[in-house]
Amino acid sequence: MRVREEPHKRGFWALLGMSLCAGVDPAHAAGPMYYLQSFGSRGATIVSLTWGLFILAIVVVVVMTVLVIGGVFSRRDPTPRAIGMPIPVTRGEGSLPWIYGGLILTAVILVAFVVWTVAAMASISAPPTKPRVSIDIIGHQWWWELRYHDGDLSRSFASANEIHIPVGEPVGLKLTSGDVIHSFWVPALSGKTDVIPGRTNDTWIEADKPGVYRGQCSEYCGQEHAHMAIKLIADPPDKFKEWWDNQLQPAAAPVGKEAKAGEQQVLIRCGICHTLRGTPAGGQVGPDLTHLMSRTTIAANTLPNTPGYLSGWIADPQHVKPGNRMPRLDISGTDLALIRSYLLTLK
Amino acid sequence: MAVTEYARQPKVETVSEAIRRKLLELWETKPGLYGWIASVDHKEIGIRYIITAFGFLMAGGIEALIMRVQLAQPNSRVVTPEAYDQLFSMHGITMIFLYALPVLSGFSNYLFPLLLGTRDMAFPRLNAFSYWVYLAAGLFLYASFLVGSAPNDGWFNYAPYSSHQFNPGPNMDFYALGMVFLGISTTVGAANFLVTVMRLRAPGMSINRIPIMVWGTTTISVGNLLAVPAVSLAFFLLWLDRQFGTHFFSAAEGGQPLLWQHLFWLFAHPWVYVVVLPAMGMVSDGLPVFCRRPLVAYSLVVLGTITTMVLGFGVLVHHMFATGMPFLALSFFSGASFIITIPSAVAVFAWVATIWAGRPVITTAFLYFASFIPMFVIGGVSGVMTAAVPADLQLTDTYFVVAHIHYVLIGINVFGVLGGLYFWFPKMTGRMLDERLGRWNFWTVFFGFNLAFLPMHWTGLMGMPRRVYTYPADVGWTTLNLITTIGAFILAIGIFLLLVNVVKSLKNGAVAGDNPWDAPTLEWATTSPPPPYNFPVIPVIASRHPLWEDRLQEGTGHSSISRGIVLDSGKEAIATTVIDAEPDLIIKMPEDDPWPFIVTLAMALGFVGLLLNWWWMAAVGGVATFVGIFIWLWPRADLAQRVEPANE
Repeated sequence: MRVREEPHKRGFWALLGMSLCAGVDPAHAAGPMYYLQSFGSRGATIVSLTWGLFILAIVVVVVMTVLVIGGVFSRRDPTPRAIGMPIPVTRGEGSLPWIYGGLILTAVILVAFVVWTVAAMASISAPPTKPRVSIDIIGHQWWWELRYHDGDLSRSFASANEIHIPVGEPVGLKLTSGDVIHSFWVPALSGKTDVIPGRTNDTWIEADKPGVYRGQCSEYCGQEHAHMAIKLIADPPDKFKEWWDNQLQPAAAPVGKEAKAGEQQVLIRCGICHTLRGTPAGGQVGPDLTHLMSRTTIAANTLPNTPGYLSGWIADPQHVKPGNRMPRLDISGTDLALIRSYLLTLK
Repeated sequence: MAVTEYARQPKVETVSEAIRRKLLELWETKPGLYGWIASVDHKEIGIRYIITAFGFLMAGGIEALIMRVQLAQPNSRVVTPEAYDQLFSMHGITMIFLYALPVLSGFSNYLFPLLLGTRDMAFPRLNAFSYWVYLAAGLFLYASFLVGSAPNDGWFNYAPYSSHQFNPGPNMDFYALGMVFLGISTTVGAANFLVTVMRLRAPGMSINRIPIMVWGTTTISVGNLLAVPAVSLAFFLLWLDRQFGTHFFSAAEGGQPLLWQHLFWLFAHPWVYVVVLPAMGMVSDGLPVFCRRPLVAYSLVVLGTITTMVLGFGVLVHHMFATGMPFLALSFFSGASFIITIPSAVAVFAWVATIWAGRPVITTAFLYFASFIPMFVIGGVSGVMTAAVPADLQLTDTYFVVAHIHYVLIGINVFGVLGGLYFWFPKMTGRMLDERLGRWNFWTVFFGFNLAFLPMHWTGLMGMPRRVYTYPADVGWTTLNLITTIGAFILAIGIFLLLVNVVKSLKNGAVAGDNPWDAPTLEWATTSPPPPYNFPVIPVIASRHPLWEDRLQEGTGHSSISRGIVLDSGKEAIATTVIDAEPDLIIKMPEDDPWPFIVTLAMALGFVGLLLNWWWMAAVGGVATFVGIFIWLWPRADLAQRVEPANE
């Protein structure tokens, strides 16, 4: 069963969502992490089931609450009595059939939902077509390592924290962890899959519309669990290919004296943890920086990737994200300017 | 009276002053510090349990308020990430392990012998021991704050973040050892409840006449005996991993991080039912009193209680739907998680039917019990939503689940407990809680709770993950979080009003009398507060509602409260058969005894030794524990069963 719900049919609920929350991202009517609307086929199956359950839940709560309040008001003992006064005790009859009736109704509804659930599970358990692109996602405290594959080994590469996928086709994801358990989640497109050390969880994701989708680690993984977000960018196929081709390139060679000096600083200070393909920097501890400036955010989607934030982050990573693995290096202002001028060339 | 084979034929008499005097002499706890330490009176222990659990409720509440201040605004820096992690971990540990079950154990401890018509629990010294160990384990866990190293991996403590590699401080050692320690208290307490309910019921209280609250605690005691070993084992293995480099949970060395989740949820999912079934029992017993009629569908509710517990062992994987399980396993556990709704729904329908078939009298206790029903339904249906695997993949680990668990734990535990407190406070203290202040208390708690947690479902649907110490401003969670913070503080004010009411009413509340609510069960047949021996003569029961039976024309024959077996030649109680409650033994009950307390001290010493890796200290504690238990259990002539002269 494959139920597809177009986002625009959810206008009323999206409005409700908007009215309930501040700071609305126009791309996703009710908020970037809202998941009662979906922008992909996998998410759509889940959205209908979730709405079905949510509406059932609201109906049950309303009916039962009305029954309790109604019962209390219509049956309450009208005579005021002091505490301790004996009040008549009765044994009414005839309520058992109501209980049996309620139980049968409950059972029928539940069985229907079990069937719906299993059908939805079957529908999302495998992608409709074999994915062309597959991405290894490796969770780290507190960032995401990404490795892209399309079947041609020479076209594989590594990146971090911002996933690009082609729109309109399923993309395979292989999830594992380099340290503790994390959970990969982009709510507008799909549910969570845990990222567990020692095992690889296969899942898939699909976006129907180009756009930027926010995600976040959703299994507690330590101090900076709150700052382990991820950005997923769904590109039209041609744009996606262009992006991929660019990512395959080694780090841009520095042009100009300042950038060259900056490169030396980066190799000395950053290379032990970070990789810049095409240079001696080959560290595996932190994100790949080869195309740092092709990403819109830094520190796992915590800060915008602008020259100002970038300098601030390098100068004192512990201020924004206390406890994260990037140490404060006490870099002088001059060196910092050099480093920045080089990093800004890494498109 | 059909008393069967006795070596000694106990006297059957009508209650008299002489009997009361003699019994008081036999049963009264000695005054002073010794008496306080050595008391084995179930009422004293029950009240200690309740007060201690409320103390932990306050502590957990304060932790929650600090977190709510931090979350009231985005990008807030009220506490550091590490402090926040310790706060949310200790909040969960406190509320789930140190409040939710212990407070129910307190009520059950206090009420079991009274509801069952006997003089104490089956093992009074074990009962005292169970309390002392609970207190010691609670203090042990809280001592972690003193060194700034409270547990910081959440109450479910997933490996490998809890391993030495990622968590080198003593935080996890406090948690691991504390939980093994606390498990001892839970286990012996459960055994005690079970033997008490099987052997110490008043003659005539066959199993179809047992109050529902007793059924609830009995059911969960069986559950605890099966579930607690799993978690004790899990924490012990974790401790071995941390201290001795075993690799049960570390993937790099061939261990299995998921093993932790299986062991933990094998315990912790049943535990959710453990902390609600007795509270549901309190509502099943209390609500009908105010509806002026017996509970509708008693037998169904009892069967529903037991079925819920049994199925509760078959749904644990619904906490692990996102871990990448095979399709078949997911389908099975999803189906089971849907189906468990049916036995739980029995109780809800029974309560609603009881209201409709009765004539409700509105009191604060009734308000708590009645509002318990919609709270239960909300916590229930949000649980059903998470039973559907695809939906759960979205809902899990968001604030939707946080809202759900709070509707379960506050709605189904705290509301039941507060109703129970208003209901049984007169029995425990001899004074009524103030009704006017009670209404203020109820409505503040009700409003604050729902303001805090109803919008939280929406916070979850807006995608806020749980356990984040802060969040950005542009994701739409700000207003909702602020509302929850305001609600949390109103809830706290409501709880404060309860404290005011308790203090005020203890001093000058209206005097209660034996049976202020005109209730049907045995605890209301004795004085308020009950004497140390509970009942001057052992009552004989002929129906489910001994104090209402004349009006209901129920049962066979009449219950006898004021005339029954007199046991005045020592601390004694009558043991009865398991199913029909026919009397078959006189059992000797122990005097005040300091050894449960001393053994607890020795065990605490041992656990502190293990924590500090001072092995000599652990050894001393271990040996002292062994010696203490030896002395405690050393056969004593006065506790021996013996044939007495037939002409006595």
